[in-house]
Amino acid sequence: MTRRQLSTGIVSLALASIIFILPFVFILLTAAKTRQDASRLTFTWPVEWQLWENFLQVLETRNYLLLLAYFNSTVITVFAVTLLVLFGAMVGYVLQRRPSRWNKVIYGFVLAGLMIPPAVVPTIWVLQSIGLFKTITGMIFIQVAYGLAFSVLLFRSFIATIPRDLDEAALIDGATPLQIFFRVILPLLKPVTVTVIVVQSITIFNDFTNPLYYLPGRENVTVQFTLYNFQGQFQTQFNLLFMNILLVTIPPLIVYIFFNRQIVAGMTAGAVKG
Amino acid sequence: MVTQKSPYPYWFVLPAAIVFSVLFLAPTFASFWFSLTRWDLFSAVFIGLENYRQFLREPFLIQGTVNTLIYAITTSATKSVLGLLLAVLLTSGIWAQGFLRTIVFFPVLVSTIGIGITFAVLMHPTNGMINVALSAIGLPGPGWLTDPSLALYSVILVDLWKGVGLATLIYIAGLATISQDYYEAARIDGATRTQMFFRVTVPLVRPATVTVVTLSLIGGLRSFDLIWAMTRGGPGFSSDVLASVIYKQYQAGFYGLSTAGNVILFLLIALIILPLTAWFNRREVDL
Repeated sequence: MTRRQLSTGIVSLALASIIFILPFVFILLTAAKTRQDASRLTFTWPVEWQLWENFLQVLETRNYLLLLAYFNSTVITVFAVTLLVLFGAMVGYVLQRRPSRWNKVIYGFVLAGLMIPPAVVPTIWVLQSIGLFKTITGMIFIQVAYGLAFSVLLFRSFIATIPRDLDEAALIDGATPLQIFFRVILPLLKPVTVTVIVVQSITIFNDFTNPLYYLPGRENVTVQFTLYNFQGQFQTQFNLLFMNILLVTIPPLIVYIFFNRQIVAGMTAGAVKG
Repeated sequence: MVTQKSPYPYWFVLPAAIVFSVLFLAPTFASFWFSLTRWDLFSAVFIGLENYRQFLREPFLIQGTVNTLIYAITTSATKSVLGLLLAVLLTSGIWAQGFLRTIVFFPVLVSTIGIGITFAVLMHPTNGMINVALSAIGLPGPGWLTDPSLALYSVILVDLWKGVGLATLIYIAGLATISQDYYEAARIDGATRTQMFFRVTVPLVRPATVTVVTLSLIGGLRSFDLIWAMTRGGPGFSSDVLASVIYKQYQAGFYGLSTAGNVILFLLIALIILPLTAWFNRREVDL
C-alpha cells in the first residue's frame, strides 16, 4: 500500500464516520437517555445511562405490543419468503428449461411486476371480496405477489448454469417432473436460494407501505408500525422512540454480518450482464 | 408411442400465476375502470375523466406530480454520479477499503421509517445535531423540514444518504468486470487518470449505470415511506409526491381519485422507463 492510499483511506474513514456512523451513534445515545434528557434532542452523552430500563419499558408498552409486532412480522416474513423461494424457483425453472412463445408473455409480466406501482385501492377491493383484507394470510400473499418478479429473475439466471444432463439422467432413471425438481434441481439452487431468502426477508421485514394499506388494526401490528407508539401528540418519548428504532435496526445488522456475501450477490444481480 | 410429456410441465407456473394475477394483475387492470368513477368500495358511479381533470386543476395535485419528478430525477442522477465516484474510490486499494464499503452500504438495509424519524430529529431547526454543528462553525442552519421551499430537498438528501450505498455496490460489481488490459493500454498511450476515467471506466461500466439509473428512477417515482416518516408531505403540500397524494386521498375516502393518482403514477413510470430502456438498448448495439 502506498502512502497515498493510506492517507486517502484515513480521510475517507473520517468523513464516512461523520456522515454514516454518527446518526447510528445518535440513535444509541438517545435510546440510553432519561426521558427529559432525550427530549432536548441534543447529541450529548447521556446524563444517566438507562439502556436496560428503556428496553424493558419499550417491551411493556401497550401491553407488550412490540412482542406481538415481532411475532406478526416474523410470521409474515417466514411464510412469504418460503413461498417466494418455491414459486420463484418453479417459474424460473420452467422458464429457463422450456423455451416457448409463452416465455415472452411471462417476461412481460415479470418486468411489469418490477416496474408498476401496485394499484392500492383496487387491491383492497380484491382482498375484501376474497375475505383476506386485514388478515395476516392476505399480507403474506401480497408480499408473494410483489416479490415474485425479483425471485423469478434470480432463479432463472442461476438455473441457466445447471447442466441439463442432470435432468435428463434423472428422467432416464424414471423420475417424475416433481421428483426431478425437488430431488435434483432444488438442492443445487442453494446459493441463489440463500440470496433470495436474505434479500426478501429484509425487504418484507422493513416494509411499511403495504401493511399500512392492507393490514390495519391493532392486533395486526407489524414491527415498523410500533415506531408510531411513541410519537403521540402530547407526549413524545424520544428515549423510548429511539430504543424502538434501535431494536428495529438490530435484525438487519445481524443478518448483514452473517450473509454479507449473499446480500451483495442479490443486490447487484443484473449489474454485470454480458 | 404416445406423445411424450415434457419433464418441465406448465403447471409449475400455476401457483405463482394465480397469486400474481389475482393480487397484482387484476387490481392493475381494474384500476383503469375505477379511476373513471366516484367510488366507495361498494358502489362505483361512472364519472368519465372527472378525476383526471381534478388532478390537472387542483394546485396541490399538480405540485405532487411535479415533486415526484423532481424527487426521482434528482435522486437517480445524484446516486449514479456519487455511486460511481465512491465505487472508484473504494476499489482503488485504499486503507480500510472493506470496512468503508460496509459503512456506506449498511443504511440500505435499515428500516426507512427508523431512518426518517432519526433524521427528522437531526434536522430539527434549533436543537438538531446538524444545525448545532453548523452554528458552531458560524453558519446559520436552515429550517430543513420546516421551510416549504426546502423540505422536499431535505428528504431527497436523506434518500441519498440511505440509497447511495446500493448504487456504489452495483458500480463496484460493474467495475470488477472491466479488464485491467484497457487501463494498461491507456497508460502506455500516456493517458492521464482523468482521461482513463472518462474514456475507459465510464463507457465500460455502462451496464451498471443502466441498472442504477433504472432502479433508482423507479424507486424514486414510487417513493413513499421516507417522505411519510419525515414530513407527511408538509409543510402544507410542499413535499407531497404522487404516492403520498394517493394515500391521503385514500384516507379521505376519495377512492376513485386515489386510484386515478395510481394510474397517473403508472403512466408516468411507463412514459419514462420504457423509452429510456429502449434508448439504453439501442446504444448498446452501437458500441
